[in-house]
Amino acid sequence: MSGVLVVMEQRLDQGKATWHRMSWEALSAGQQLAAQIGQTVSAAVVGQPGELAAKKLDRVYAVEHALLTTYTADGYTAALEELIRKLSPSIVVFPHTYQVRDFAPKLATRFSQVLISDTIGFRVESGTAIFVRQLFQGKLNADVKPGGDGPHFVSIQAGAFRADQVEAGECPVEQFAPQLAADQIRAKPLDPFRESARAVDLTSADIIVSVGRGIKEKDNIPIVEELAKALGAELAASRPICDNGWLPMERQVGSSGQTVSPKMYLAVGISGAIQHLVGMKGAKTIVAINKDANAPIFEVADYGIVGDLFELVPALTEAVKKAKS
Amino acid sequence: MKILVSIKQVPSRDSQLRVDASGRWIQENDLSFETNEPDAFALEEALRLKEQHGGEVVALCAGPARVSQTIREALAKGADRAIHIEADNLASLDTLGVAKLLAKAAESEKPDLILTGLQSDDLGYGQTGVVMAELLGFPHATIIMAVEKIDTGIRVKRELEDGWFQNVELPLPAVLTIQSGINKLRYATLMGIKKAKTKEVKRLTAADLGVQIASAASIERVYLPQRSKQTQMIEGNAKEAAAKLVEKLRFEVRVI
Repeated sequence: MSGVLVVMEQRLDQGKATWHRMSWEALSAGQQLAAQIGQTVSAAVVGQPGELAAKKLDRVYAVEHALLTTYTADGYTAALEELIRKLSPSIVVFPHTYQVRDFAPKLATRFSQVLISDTIGFRVESGTAIFVRQLFQGKLNADVKPGGDGPHFVSIQAGAFRADQVEAGECPVEQFAPQLAADQIRAKPLDPFRESARAVDLTSADIIVSVGRGIKEKDNIPIVEELAKALGAELAASRPICDNGWLPMERQVGSSGQTVSPKMYLAVGISGAIQHLVGMKGAKTIVAINKDANAPIFEVADYGIVGDLFELVPALTEAVKKAKS
Repeated sequence: MKILVSIKQVPSRDSQLRVDASGRWIQENDLSFETNEPDAFALEEALRLKEQHGGEVVALCAGPARVSQTIREALAKGADRAIHIEADNLASLDTLGVAKLLAKAAESEKPDLILTGLQSDDLGYGQTGVVMAELLGFPHATIIMAVEKIDTGIRVKRELEDGWFQNVELPLPAVLTIQSGINKLRYATLMGIKKAKTKEVKRLTAADLGVQIASAASIERVYLPQRSKQTQMIEGNAKEAAAKLVEKLRFEVRVI
């Protein structure tokens, strides 16, 4: 059992193969991991290999089958199980996407393993990789050691490795046609859709003021709205606020909402769960107001104020208005 | 429809967490606990499905004695009965170990549908439901925002990334992992709380279930994360802090 296998994610967008950007971050992680444990690295994709052939890899496996055109957990699990049994890698690396969350735990179970999910890094101790992942919504980190006979399964958190650090090279492409039968696939997926056209484009905003759970109730939203107005900012929110219907879904920032990178992102009463952080940590400057000094949001913040938002936000609105007048 | 809901008890959201003496887990004795939030939404969805289609809702929960609080809450909200898998060492188990216990207990219930939250707020592996489905040989769907009964089984609305969704049809029995916000949570009524006391709670151990507990992955060390940025913390009362921050926004960040 040897070698690192990175499973990339691709979808068809109007007939054109489109990479999930996190695939390249996972590939970068896989290359670094392989170098440190002294093993080879290969990549696999259900779909078209494309530019993978121009990366520093041992081999690329292009998995193709008519039953894999549309994603199903049953189809992907069976196909990748067959490939992994054939290649017998020591570690299989995935990007931690929604799709991977849907099938990779099932795949790992087939090998009596768990998916060490959403990892943010690794270190190597006497030839063995130990993976770092977050616990308690990012409040603590844990070093997790894979055990049992491999292969070991790991997924990589968005933004934990850099796609632009993928090493270029040249490698052979091998087609892999798994044995699949239509009756293995129990789910019937219909076409993906969007609820409505987005009226609010947060991605083009220079300044965003975003509100989270700390606001406590809907009636308190206007105090944050006032601050956004004073700053000339777009108002955004973390998921629970939109789930409660306090602000429309189209103002949600995070893995299930929009990904933004404004000049300034001011987070009010947002603890900073990873699902939110992936949507905003690209902001040039991050300011956080939170009552909990240990909130994970302060790990990414450039400026922080620990305190009661119901006192701080109105005071800040006044100070901004004064500075602008 | 017979619906099994797998729920977990986790430390309360506002907990101040401290690493324990072993360095491999947190000090639990001074913490308060609550129902894992996505699991509360899974329970609510099960209750709604029962109200629409009839049947039974069974709450399934693994953990030490303290989880009986979470079980009582589920019964008070309307679950018909509960199964408590008594286990003190769950923190040392990986998802596969826990899912084996849950799946074994679920198997003998022969449910039509198993619901659970998409992830736990403590370990956050986000895979217990999927692993249970695989162990039971059931199909599954994850991150579900709507469930509808159809002739051939169920139609569910899966959340994809970037605001996309997808409907998927599944035959029953099946496992679904439920996304927070799928519905609006109910409160337990006084009547419900009273009734809960008379409802059946079946207690089982790993030995009763005939499950050999073993883990593939293990937590070696738990620690506070290192800050990736140097955060300038701004002190003072509200007015002072606001004035200082505005200075920074004007002259350092230059957005005012």
